[in-house]
Amino acid sequence: MNSVILEGVTKTYNEGKVHAVDNVSLQVKSGELFGLIGPDGAGKTSIFRILTTLLLADKGTASVQGLDVVKDYRKIRDKIGYMPGKFSLYQDLTVKENLTFFATLFGTTIAENYEVIKDIYDQIKPFNDRRAGKLSGGMKQKLALCCALIHKPEVLFLDEPTTGVDVVSRREFWDILNRLKAQGITIMVSTPYMDEAILCERIALIQEGSIMQVDTPDQIIQSYPVRLYAAKADDIYKLVQDFRTLDTVDSCYAFGEYLHLTMKADKPGDEAALLQFAQAHGHKGLEVKAIEPGIEDTFIRLMNRKTQTDG
Amino acid sequence: MAEQVIICKELTKRFGDFLAVDKISFEVSRGEIFGFLGANGAGKTTAMRILCGLSYPTSGTATVAGFDVYKQQESIKRNIGYMSQKFSLYENLTILENIEFYGGVYGLSRKTIRERSDELITQLGLQQESRKLVGELPLGWKQKLAFSVAIFHRPQIVFLDEPTGGVDPVTRRQFWDMIYAAAAAGITVFVTTHYMDEAEYCNRVTIMVDGRIEALDAPQALKARFQANNMEEVFYQLARGAKRSSD
Repeated sequence: MNSVILEGVTKTYNEGKVHAVDNVSLQVKSGELFGLIGPDGAGKTSIFRILTTLLLADKGTASVQGLDVVKDYRKIRDKIGYMPGKFSLYQDLTVKENLTFFATLFGTTIAENYEVIKDIYDQIKPFNDRRAGKLSGGMKQKLALCCALIHKPEVLFLDEPTTGVDVVSRREFWDILNRLKAQGITIMVSTPYMDEAILCERIALIQEGSIMQVDTPDQIIQSYPVRLYAAKADDIYKLVQDFRTLDTVDSCYAFGEYLHLTMKADKPGDEAALLQFAQAHGHKGLEVKAIEPGIEDTFIRLMNRKTQTDG
Repeated sequence: MAEQVIICKELTKRFGDFLAVDKISFEVSRGEIFGFLGANGAGKTTAMRILCGLSYPTSGTATVAGFDVYKQQESIKRNIGYMSQKFSLYENLTILENIEFYGGVYGLSRKTIRERSDELITQLGLQQESRKLVGELPLGWKQKLAFSVAIFHRPQIVFLDEPTGGVDPVTRRQFWDMIYAAAAAGITVFVTTHYMDEAEYCNRVTIMVDGRIEALDAPQALKARFQANNMEEVFYQLARGAKRSSD
């Protein structure tokens, strides 16, 4: 069964000039951890706001737990939890007060649904009497998550919960999401960090309002159509520039310690040819090898192809 | 030995009984790309504010571009550039007006501003857009423009505070091309980021934990020392034990 369904949803701003969401269709299965992966301005927040009944689409239909986002908006609001990208709790209420406030809004109490939030709440409980505005980023995030969960929602919408958060807190947050998923909650989460895509069951890659691909991270990686090479040298910046002058190279970009490149047509012996070319340009400390692509490689490839087709 | 444009010795900042920055010492060479990493709350922003001449240290010494952080804050400001993830250009001014405004703030002559802005607009390929409001530009372009404006007065050092947050992977790489070009032109780059692949692009990286510098070296050397495959693992090993990240 599908928990979230979008059919041909379009949303424009500025009298139709800006296409924030462009004919998007998606299904999120019940109990799934689904990721919406894309940079700022891709349309992620607009999609969340349409699904959480805070924004009307120009075209198309959408439903959550079988309820229409326009007709049944009130019923949907009881069934979902939403954590917006911007911290939206009351800064001058304490941790406990915020939580009590949100519990009361939904006609429940902290005690009644304690089991749902226990794991997360235990970590911020020592700061019960601290005002929300005085919490660190990581703590604010945990409190916001507690407030989104306190009414035991069936579907949880998390808009960029890990943006600007360090690697350690990000890992912790994903552990929490997996435990929530184990409780049967459907989770739709967005992130600009491509490396987090791998932690979702299925993902949609989104750019400029359009979905470029939807699948499991594994399938997306396997569908990468060409061979991908990694290369490095002592002067990696010069190596990128040199490879870009080579006719047979299709794309070449920096990727951490290495650069990644693809050829216009894969041939046996490409590795050796690349190595030879770099040696001829005086590079030292050379290494060239074929590698498995990641989600970010796929994203870059889809983005470049889209730019080419758009003209 | 390369010229040192930032020198910190036991730099400390205390807020009441809270040690935000705890005796940090390091040096940055001219033209270096220096990555300044750390967990949330580790003290990066506090340290950076001192180095930008916006806040006084409690103890220790530091010079930036040859100027003292206690006595010569105004000279520091004139010799550095600064850009953060939070977009700082004026959305309701055109691209050209923004460039003129910032050039003027840094005291460049009208002639210099005109020459350099023509050059910059051409470099960025924004000839068609130069008289458009900055607010109408896509995010990636805004960030590239903000960086160009931050180095428009040819500062000795540019401080970049999470410049690529939320930016798409293609633009993120174009942004780093610009960083490399600036460094090659002799501008020292001091940069913070949460993207660990970007830490690999730095010549040297520091990792701050609980106000202290726990590691400082080239990415290659750090990976060897911590027997890690990538910088994310190095960071994780060091910052995992942080007491402050969660308070």
